[in-house]
Amino acid sequence: MSVTLTVNGSLLTLEAPPAARLLDVLRERLGLTGTKEGCGEGECGACTVLLDGVPVNSCLVALGQCAGREVTTVEGLGDAQHLSPLQEAMVTEGGAQCGICTPGMLLSAEALLREKPAPTDGEIREAIAGNVCRCTGYQRIVSAVVEAGKRREVRP
Amino acid sequence: MAPSVGKSVPRVDGPAKAAGSARYVDDLVLPGMLHGATVRSDVARGRLLGIDFDPAFDWNGITVVTADDVPVNTVPVIETDQPVLAKDEIRHAYEPVALLACEDRLRLEKALRHVTLRVEPLPPVLTIDDALAAREVIRPPDNVFKRYLITKGRGGAAVEGCEVVVSGVYESGAQEHVYIEPNGMIAFWDDEGAHVEGSLQCPYYVQKGIKGVFGLPDDGVDVTQAVTGGGFGGKEEYPTLVALHALLLAKKSGRPVKLIYGRQEDIEASTKRHPSRVEITTGCDRDGTLRAVSIRVLMDGGAYVTLTPVVLSRGALHSCGAYRWEDVRVEALAVATNTPPNGAFRGFGAPQTIWAIERHLDRIARTLGVDPMELRRKNLLRLGDTTATGQTLKESVGVQECVEKAMTASGYAEKRARPPVVTGRVARGIGAAVFLHGAGFTGSGEKYLKGKIAVDLLPGGRARVRTASTEMGQGTETVFRQIAADALGIEPGAVDFAVPSTKNVPDSGPTVASRTVMIVGSIAVEAANELRARVDEEARAHGLSRADAWDRLAADPGRATALVQYEPPPGVVWDDATYSGDAYPAYGWACDVAEVEVDLDTFETKVTGFWAAVDVGRVMNPILCAGQVEGGTLQAIGWALTEKLVTRDGKILNPRMTNYIVPTSLDAPPFTTILVEEPYSRGPGGAKGVGELPMDGGAPAVAAAIEHATGLVLDRVPLLPEDLFEASLKGDAR
Repeated sequence: MSVTLTVNGSLLTLEAPPAARLLDVLRERLGLTGTKEGCGEGECGACTVLLDGVPVNSCLVALGQCAGREVTTVEGLGDAQHLSPLQEAMVTEGGAQCGICTPGMLLSAEALLREKPAPTDGEIREAIAGNVCRCTGYQRIVSAVVEAGKRREVRP
Repeated sequence: MAPSVGKSVPRVDGPAKAAGSARYVDDLVLPGMLHGATVRSDVARGRLLGIDFDPAFDWNGITVVTADDVPVNTVPVIETDQPVLAKDEIRHAYEPVALLACEDRLRLEKALRHVTLRVEPLPPVLTIDDALAAREVIRPPDNVFKRYLITKGRGGAAVEGCEVVVSGVYESGAQEHVYIEPNGMIAFWDDEGAHVEGSLQCPYYVQKGIKGVFGLPDDGVDVTQAVTGGGFGGKEEYPTLVALHALLLAKKSGRPVKLIYGRQEDIEASTKRHPSRVEITTGCDRDGTLRAVSIRVLMDGGAYVTLTPVVLSRGALHSCGAYRWEDVRVEALAVATNTPPNGAFRGFGAPQTIWAIERHLDRIARTLGVDPMELRRKNLLRLGDTTATGQTLKESVGVQECVEKAMTASGYAEKRARPPVVTGRVARGIGAAVFLHGAGFTGSGEKYLKGKIAVDLLPGGRARVRTASTEMGQGTETVFRQIAADALGIEPGAVDFAVPSTKNVPDSGPTVASRTVMIVGSIAVEAANELRARVDEEARAHGLSRADAWDRLAADPGRATALVQYEPPPGVVWDDATYSGDAYPAYGWACDVAEVEVDLDTFETKVTGFWAAVDVGRVMNPILCAGQVEGGTLQAIGWALTEKLVTRDGKILNPRMTNYIVPTSLDAPPFTTILVEEPYSRGPGGAKGVGELPMDGGAPAVAAAIEHATGLVLDRVPLLPEDLFEASLKGDAR
């Protein structure tokens, strides 16, 4: 079956079984390995991507469900030489340690910041509650999102 | 050049991680690669009679490996009791028995379902008590892996003559690491020998395992660390087995093989924190002066020895806590059971015994009717005091300052003095714990390890650090750049960090035991200082600018590198025979305060505030250091409140993140982290270890806070709502 979708701004048509996991398509077909697999059952959030701007666990999404829709992965936020304000804040505030949860965490935070540029700590914690981090204790992730909100506000 | 140590230099590996371009093992692809999988037993103990491969299934293109394919079928760790693949005996419910590899992952999944093991079950030994009863002997002669005895004064005999004698029993369950990246390795063979790359803490441990099993020389084995998605001890010894399995499949198939664990397999088969029971009897004066202690530490080692003797040792050495005792007896033993082998986990035995002694201090305080923190303050170890092993504390004891700062910041005294605050159905309480953690290897460990580091001069005023101390999120890469940069008088950005590979970096010893900054960092300073002196001398001798002298040395392979080996400081003496002396070169100290709310209808506990004051000697990088404290503390809170591994007949009933519950952002309290600097003379800039320390205090602080809120006295972690409920039925509540 052929599926047409937009990934990080590029329109693509893929031949693949419609039940293929979006996670596998991203990682193996498109080489977008920034999206990580931590549990394969929607519990850890490491594979979070945005589907039409809404965070989803890409291990639980079938490619067929993405037809005509827009997928954003961590690669769509910014590369290592051109980090987005949110990615940059995650590094400078100490929100990333081992880094394996970071891409998914960033996308949940990105979705929140698009809705609420100046979220409260509680709103941030709620937004990233589906993204498990075993390294940081979360506090520095929360401050990174607060900081990113401020940096986005002042940018034109 | 302003020094960079002490500044929050942003994590150097951060941009690639935040951009998703950091390459973890599952992101690597080799041409012609197969995927591997492991066939495991499903009974806890038995005799393996045979392995049946369904003749109706098409086995074409599937590589099969069994014990018969393993050259030397033992994993060399401390002992060699663990087979790479079981041949006759099944000793735990997830014992690896055979390996499969196939190009197509879906076919591989199918093939796994067409392998059947014929096993004659035997009665398993599943608990510490089962093992001690020794009705079934699985480790001759008495199911005991290891024993230690520590004595001081009259060896605990003084307890009986004390004015106030208090006894208690404290228990803890297994804990799974839940690094978000499961175990994984990619392996191949070529003319040079064996190559593996993967998720691991200790490249040279993996190399040792491969050398032993395949009979290869050092230069026939190349082990490289991929970017590693969390370890916490779980990737200390276990990855050796994963690497061996991947290599066996690669050898038999003649193709590269990637072996990545699924989450359930990882939780089931990999090591856990040792379950424990600690029995304590103490004697003290009526005024609360502690006198004598007698402790029995029991740990469940699981099916194989792995690192259990060392975990038990660290547990025993921390069992007397941060307090002065004149008279001590600590008997520690670890037993064998038919459960998956337990192994290294952040804290390495100390969290279990600190949990026990801290709960016991609360029990003494209750008996005497004094405030638990007053009791602690009165008995804290000070400079010049001797520990249970007779070690005199000569420097770097910041515990008093930690206690004062944590109590002040948290408002402990005022909150504690108030009667329990109950609003509607919510009871609030506050509790504290004081603790220490020995940095570096226990006893003679560092003497035998002989950790090494190399620093190279590179052209253009740059340098490179080569070490087997790995980055797994804790910040090694960044802090080592800071350390080398300061000693060389350059920017941290001008220092490279070599990818840890046994081909390219010297053996610095394992990345464990809170030793990276304190031990390996100290020789990084020496190596960099040596190079700086060479540059200065070259410039002086030849009338060159410093930059030109640097480049000349960098171009000369004989002079571009300084390789330094760690020598334990003089005067640090440890006697393995009597288990006495200087157990660790230095200790980190800390005081944790937890504030909780307990729902009196549901008995759910929420930690609403957490204060940690931590003496790390010297803060190398404040953001990274505080990140260690906060992350370690949350793991401790998880161990205290939610992380319960449920087993039946030796099988884990909740091997998934759905039902083995680690804390989320909504479960984590706001942290106030206070970094105290009481320098250690031999650490770089005065630094001691920090990695494991924060794992030790969270659980007893939370339990003390629950007790303050509800009056429930709880001596076994985890403290699930049903545990509080049951305790309330027993009438322990106020």
